[in-house]
Amino acid sequence: MKVRASDFLEFDKESQVYRVSPEQAVRDDVEKHYWRHVGVTVMRDWRLYVMLIPMILVFLFWRYFPMYELLGCFKVEDSVKPVSEQLFSGFSYFKQLLVGGTGLSTDFWRAMRNTFVLSFYGLCFGFPIPIILALFFNEIRSNAARSVYQVLTYLPKFMSTVVMTSLVTMLVKQGAMTTGMGIVSQAMENLGLISHEVANAGLLNNPAFFRSIYQISGIWEGAGYDSIVFFAAIIAISPTSYEAAQIDGADKWAQMRYVVLPSILSTIVIMLITRIGSLLNIGYEKVLLLYNTNTYVTADVVSTFAYRQGLGTGAGPGVAAAAEMMNNVIGMLLVIGANTIARKASNTSLY
Amino acid sequence: MKRKLEISELIFKIISYTLLTMFALCCLYPFVYAVSASISGREAVEYGQVVLFPKALQFDAFALMFGDNMFWNAYSNTLFLTLYGTLWSMLTAILGAYALSKRRLLFRKFFNFFLVFTMWFSAGIVPQYLNYLATKEVFNGMGIMDDKWLVVIAMGMAAMNIILLRNAFEGVPSEIEEAAIVDGASEFQVLSTVYIPMSKSTIATVALFFAISRWNGYFWARQMISNQNEHPLQVFIRLRLERYTDPEVIAGWNQTFATDSVIYALIVCSIVPILIIYPFIQKYFAKGVNVGGVKE
Repeated sequence: MKVRASDFLEFDKESQVYRVSPEQAVRDDVEKHYWRHVGVTVMRDWRLYVMLIPMILVFLFWRYFPMYELLGCFKVEDSVKPVSEQLFSGFSYFKQLLVGGTGLSTDFWRAMRNTFVLSFYGLCFGFPIPIILALFFNEIRSNAARSVYQVLTYLPKFMSTVVMTSLVTMLVKQGAMTTGMGIVSQAMENLGLISHEVANAGLLNNPAFFRSIYQISGIWEGAGYDSIVFFAAIIAISPTSYEAAQIDGADKWAQMRYVVLPSILSTIVIMLITRIGSLLNIGYEKVLLLYNTNTYVTADVVSTFAYRQGLGTGAGPGVAAAAEMMNNVIGMLLVIGANTIARKASNTSLY
Repeated sequence: MKRKLEISELIFKIISYTLLTMFALCCLYPFVYAVSASISGREAVEYGQVVLFPKALQFDAFALMFGDNMFWNAYSNTLFLTLYGTLWSMLTAILGAYALSKRRLLFRKFFNFFLVFTMWFSAGIVPQYLNYLATKEVFNGMGIMDDKWLVVIAMGMAAMNIILLRNAFEGVPSEIEEAAIVDGASEFQVLSTVYIPMSKSTIATVALFFAISRWNGYFWARQMISNQNEHPLQVFIRLRLERYTDPEVIAGWNQTFATDSVIYALIVCSIVPILIIYPFIQKYFAKGVNVGGVKE
């Protein structure tokens, strides 16, 4: 829209000056009244705004202030001054991380790759298994039997990350002079899957096993619980759909393909968006609890890398903030991207 | 045709039952093993003779655990954090969600975005750490020396839970609210006598989510709570795991039970209370997932 001076000014011939035109005076009045309207509404509903205050404060202090702290990745490091007073240093930390062939940038790229690989494997194995489980649950007609199966498979979800990782650590632990190796390593050795030396050295000390341990423990912990939502979608399918398919001569596989899958597709899409959204949001707690210096090659992800750089004896908080900035920005683009694609493709969107 | 249908159905049923049984047993086995290993004798555990059932029964590992003051201390700290943390989170979440559910709230879109944005973008560990350190200083300056309160107040807020509550409140029919207002109810009375009773099950679910995240909280509690006596159970378990898998400690071990048994006993102790309340909360847990749709 073109804006012309004559839209809001008018020339007064008598006094030879420009004045605010009557139309603009009305608009100004409306605007003034808008703010008066805001004031009146807020005063009338002041209780609502008071109720909002604690939530706003919590999020402002402990969610948004750290984001401000994140700006430290552009600033010269100076632990004495607050971020606001530090000098702007441009992209030097990013440069250190991305280029240079130093140990730091090698480690960063390794962490970036590990983050992608771990989450991609999680998507490939962790995502379909709950759907398959839900299909299986649907086959069990007796409610009592199904409850037993469901209770057993949800159970690991109730453990904390610490308890889960402690159990995993114990089950695959190394053998020492006085104590034997973990029961799972022992079983794998007896089945001929791994050699005695490998089993005895402890699977968590071996970079080749970290990803499998991470994924399998993740499936053990979460698959049962994640299947709930798909199961709920499956039992919502009307029995008449199956009957119609049966009359048309559909066998079990055809029913799966043409009745069940289309009916739960929107649920699958929503869960997939959530999943992709948290793709780079690898649970640093679990990695921190499971990895050790021997397995950095495959286990170190961006957040644990940043943790070591920022809080340990690393390159400092500025570098750590730069690493997390990149990780989180890519993560956010993934959420928004996945959501947009889903909205366009299937009219299902999360936000 | 009919035959083909029956056969395919039968095959699918057999596959389902077999795989489900296998998966369920895999889920269960580590727990059974933990219990057995915690009450088996030293040699049986150390030489890997315990496979399913305990051998050479002993209860000394549990006795050691129960005789440890630090253990009970850690337990009471976790109960403290869970109770007060859940109450604080619920208070802020219910009030905030109620206000957000009102169409007459001005700048509603902005406030919603303010929440949802934290689900898309988080600052990451190090900025959060620096921020919590600063908070800790402020708290200490205000005379709150207990790091527990820092954990209770500053941590564990989740935008997702507030959105769940908001959606539940939006589902309450406005006629009931209007009736209450005609009867002279104030804003807070409307919330406490209409909205909260009408969305009880979502509130229970959200409270459960908060409680679980508090109960399980480890990383920030370990980073922020400097006093060892204030450590919650999860931190205690991890520190004990680190201690009892230390080769030096194992080499100097001269008890009638294995070091592993102590860790397993600790794991069992931390799971048992959850197993006891599990049947009561399971339905809310399952429900929470299904109300997870996010609008806007």
